[in-house]
Amino acid sequence: MQNPKEVLDSYFLEARCQILEIASMLDRYDRAQVDQPSSNEDQRIEKMYASLSMLSLRETATDRSERLLNLFSDPE
Amino acid sequence: MQIIQPHYHAIARTAQDYERMAMSGVVAVAEPAFWAGFDRAYPETFIDYFRQISEFEPTRAAEYGIRHFCWVGVNPKEAENTQLSLEVLKKMPEFFEKSTVLGIGEIGFHKTTRNEEQIFEAQVQMAIDHDQLILIHTPHLQDKVRGTRRTLEVLRHMNVNPERVWIDHVEEHTIREPLNQGYWVGFTLYPITKCSPKRAVDMLEVYGRERILVNSSADWGPSDPFTLQECIQDFRRRGHSVQEAIEIFHNNPCRFLGQCPDFDIKPIRMEVADELAVS
Repeated sequence: MQNPKEVLDSYFLEARCQILEIASMLDRYDRAQVDQPSSNEDQRIEKMYASLSMLSLRETATDRSERLLNLFSDPE
Repeated sequence: MQIIQPHYHAIARTAQDYERMAMSGVVAVAEPAFWAGFDRAYPETFIDYFRQISEFEPTRAAEYGIRHFCWVGVNPKEAENTQLSLEVLKKMPEFFEKSTVLGIGEIGFHKTTRNEEQIFEAQVQMAIDHDQLILIHTPHLQDKVRGTRRTLEVLRHMNVNPERVWIDHVEEHTIREPLNQGYWVGFTLYPITKCSPKRAVDMLEVYGRERILVNSSADWGPSDPFTLQECIQDFRRRGHSVQEAIEIFHNNPCRFLGQCPDFDIKPIRMEVADELAVS
């Protein structure tokens, strides 16, 4: 198992890249909304922001991936 | 569709890359001089490297019907060694005579040090004195903003024509100033660092296509020459026409690089053939 520094050494740049992709996708969505507004808010964008809110909480739990997948799952 | 790869480190790539690029429509590549992954110890090593990219590499590319051009220069990282760099600079003008050499590049900043700046200024002045195009590298990650701003400050105090300068590796936080000041800018598509194909298309949609070049760089590190084709695919997927794609991925390189008389590939336009016309 890697120590905390090794985790960042291995995965920081990759995670930075993935966060940038999310930011650019949300920018793209907002530009499209300005260009071609849609009246009904798509639930998928709501889930994007809900997931980002969840990730922004700096906590010690290590089940973020599981909670994200549950967030994106159909209700039982 | 015909594609020009304007920033491509061919010596770090395989013949198979050339073959697959040719099959995907690449008709020309341009190879800037760059860091080899280690600091070279002798000026002669640079000179042999310049010979490799200006004489030998065009023959390798020609096997696949691809035109190969190059740039010569001392890259920002090795510019830290000013004594070595100045020795290399003495030999550079003889390469400007070669028909495959487009100008001086890639030069600029790595850590934005005084030594780097001294060699950067000397190379910009050499380009002005010898009427050469200039290709500027900007730093990769956390140093990019500072390095780009210092690059623009240095250029502002020199008698340089912005239309003959290409500032490469810009991203969303560094694109505006160079474009507003009349320079050409480049998006470099890397799998992890620099820009991604989708973000490049975003910037094309926001800033338009004027004075913008897109490239894969593709060197000895984690990189992929086909991120350029990935970018074209995403551009088309968003509804932009083939001709618009040609304007960006073929004609813009022709417009910038064509300022060097040796770059003789011309912009192209798609037309519908009127097969019913009576001759």
